[in-house]
Amino acid sequence: MRLRIRFTKLGKVRWTSHRDVARMWERAFRRVGLPLAYSEGFTPRPKVSFGLALPTGHESMAEYLDVELSDAEAGAPDLVALKARLSAALPEGIEVAALCVLEPGSPSLQEDVEACSWRWLAVPGEGSLPLSVDDLGKRVAHALAAPALEVARWRKGRETTVDIRPGIGRLEVVEADGEGVWLDADLAARPQGVRPADVLAALGPDLEERHVRRTHQWIVRRGERLEPLGSQGVPQAPHAEARAS
Amino acid sequence: MTSLWPRIEPLLAHVSKPARYIGCEDGAVGAGSLEGLVSWLLVYPDSYEIGLPNQGLQILYEILNERPDARAERAYAPWPDMERLMRRSSVPLFSLESHHPAAAFDVLAFNLSAELVYTNVLNCIDLAGVPVRAGERDERHPLVLAGGHCAFNPEPLADFVDAFVIGDGEEAVGDITEVVKSEGRSRHALLRRLAATPGVYVPAAYTVDYDGPRLVSVRKVWSEAPEVVHKRTVSDLAAWPYPKRQLVPLTEVVHDRLNVEIFRGCTRGCRFCQAGMITRPVRERPSSQVRRMVSEGLARTGYDEVSLTSLSSADFSGIEDVVGGIVDDPASARQVSVSLPSLRVDAFTVGVAAHIQKVRRTGLTFAPEAGTWRMRQVINKLITEEDLYGAVESAFSQGWRRVKLYFLTGLPTETDEDTLGIAELARSCASIGRSHHRGATVTASVGGFVPKPQTPFQWFGQETLDGLQRRIGLLREATRRDRAVQLKWHDPRATLAEGIASRGDRRIGAVIEQVWRRGGVFQEWSEHFSLELWTEAMAAQGLSVDWYVHRERDRDEVLPWSHISAGLHEDFLWQEWQDALAASGTPDCRWTPCYDCGACTGYGLEHVVASTVAPAGGSQGTGQNLARGGEVPVRLLARVTAGVPR
Repeated sequence: MRLRIRFTKLGKVRWTSHRDVARMWERAFRRVGLPLAYSEGFTPRPKVSFGLALPTGHESMAEYLDVELSDAEAGAPDLVALKARLSAALPEGIEVAALCVLEPGSPSLQEDVEACSWRWLAVPGEGSLPLSVDDLGKRVAHALAAPALEVARWRKGRETTVDIRPGIGRLEVVEADGEGVWLDADLAARPQGVRPADVLAALGPDLEERHVRRTHQWIVRRGERLEPLGSQGVPQAPHAEARAS
Repeated sequence: MTSLWPRIEPLLAHVSKPARYIGCEDGAVGAGSLEGLVSWLLVYPDSYEIGLPNQGLQILYEILNERPDARAERAYAPWPDMERLMRRSSVPLFSLESHHPAAAFDVLAFNLSAELVYTNVLNCIDLAGVPVRAGERDERHPLVLAGGHCAFNPEPLADFVDAFVIGDGEEAVGDITEVVKSEGRSRHALLRRLAATPGVYVPAAYTVDYDGPRLVSVRKVWSEAPEVVHKRTVSDLAAWPYPKRQLVPLTEVVHDRLNVEIFRGCTRGCRFCQAGMITRPVRERPSSQVRRMVSEGLARTGYDEVSLTSLSSADFSGIEDVVGGIVDDPASARQVSVSLPSLRVDAFTVGVAAHIQKVRRTGLTFAPEAGTWRMRQVINKLITEEDLYGAVESAFSQGWRRVKLYFLTGLPTETDEDTLGIAELARSCASIGRSHHRGATVTASVGGFVPKPQTPFQWFGQETLDGLQRRIGLLREATRRDRAVQLKWHDPRATLAEGIASRGDRRIGAVIEQVWRRGGVFQEWSEHFSLELWTEAMAAQGLSVDWYVHRERDRDEVLPWSHISAGLHEDFLWQEWQDALAASGTPDCRWTPCYDCGACTGYGLEHVVASTVAPAGGSQGTGQNLARGGEVPVRLLARVTAGVPR
């Protein structure tokens, strides 16, 4: 049986890495005594698969993992109780938002997630001029009107350029605050994943990102955009609560 | 007091491993005020990954935080990338729990587990905004303390540290808290009270006299200070079941597992081993308490690995029962593996290892330490070739593919034949391995020997850099053609620098300061280590490397640590040195009659061991066959209360 879990990564814990988060989960599963399925071989590992890696330092309201339970486990666990127990066994800032039992044969997160929503603050780098909503708004409009947006990427030690324009689904200026201007965007996860830093690179060399937060991940079913977590493996609209099944 | 976090966080996007600086470990105390409490900042002067698992620091952290009148937080040496940004943004050294500035604490207490961290101690004091020299501090500054194994020769840091704790810290930190509570920051009165506290060494209470390069006397100048500072010893480990809440870091560290200390002290009597000499006598934790600490610890932390720590874990009475109890515990029917960090070299031990490492059989490590039986008699590591080959045969036949062997080179009386014996043993082990698996490998890891204070080898003249390099060259040549043998060696230049600090006197303080001022931090790390900084500093201070490092000492010489006692009689150490030169071994006193080294008799202590019977297997370092069943004369004391010299 596979469980899918949505969780947050907020506050100081955002400075831990993707691998660190994976280890936190393994310890939490053992602390609550959830009977996990293990891989075969010399170094058996619990069968836990995470979706898209979140860059170290970014926050998230919508991280996902799938965990496979041991076959010996009869029946579904009490999901409401499990949600609370897991949250208690995880560090501050990592909170279980929802969980469900997956239908057998459901696609993995890696295969399924198409895009993510992000919200972050664009600030002028050291020595740059202050940034206004209007200024950034013009740059966004200009970028979205362009046929292609080339940004530099390092791949296998070599710098290449990629066009991120096809991966920008939506890009909006939200509001200004004392530090800079907030942006909100839907960015593709595949085939060519786009990150907030790529968007800033396309908007100008003077911009730096702060307080980057992933707010949603999206999958697509019959042309409709849905969040990856719902009951019975059926994707369900935003932020379904945990269900006891 | 405000948290520095808003000023720290903007730096984190620009440094490697930012999780080093956030705290948030499970088991840590939450953010809080220091107001009205005796506040301790426990500092491990190396990186977070190395420092966090340190058990000594974690034990004291809990003991202090259990007191209603004290609060302890932690700090680790910031990595150079972070340090640069901190200095540029004027962010001082900070605690991880509350991100308070270090200088806001009453006490900065450093753990000294290796000599090459000394420059990091100075760097941390400086980053705290505190003058590095003790003589330049006043009422505004925290008390700077240090403890740990290197405190048994405190003199190289005497100019920088206000007071050292010698020996076990469990009881001493309570005594010091009381003193700080009553004296506050009135520095002079505080130091005077500390100088009279058992196990506490205040360098300012003593003066040293030289005659040319020679140290001729160490005299106390404060009436309340003792002539000799005796170490503190916790007599009964059962009374100190710490850590109860081991810290679980959010990011990867070394020894990232549950660690349960099963005994302290070791009487194997290896003559090179400072830990074995200064931590006597053996004090075992009761098996029932070990089992409870393991099962509660696993349940609380979620770790799937537990290490039973000590200086030689297979020597624990009834190790099989404890290990069996953990492995067969229905509560841990999940995948829990047990590790014994210091395996004894014999087949029995491998049997225990096989029992506990059911799943991950990758590599096993043994420490024969020297290549020939003669050499092992000199260092009193009395394992025979049969022990080693039996252990290796057992390991390869039970599924392990890699065996790692630890050796020292540059030992007293070592000949080329002894050195080459290392290659010989490694090749023989590899050929045993090949008879089981085609891809079996043996790694021989060779370190240059640094003589340590408070050991029988404290009088020995350390091997020169050229000499060590030549020995490593001999071994490379001798193992070159055997593809199953991999030779690894510790940088002999680092061995030389360690030798400068290991047996240094107060004059070495200026050398450490110069190395630090020229940027020599993280000297334990090869990418930051620089021997030139050390030799240049020695030359600048007019000090001879040869005199401090390579010179053999006389018996009547005043050693810089002669006013610090680990309880060992000087006669005992000297006799051991003479026996070493005669290649004559000394048995383990747990299972043979007491030879009065001083560690028990001078302190009203006894070994606390649960069994009068030596553990099964191997020659047990006695030169006799002590197979199971041989009763030996040892008195058992379940509880002893003394701990202070009488």
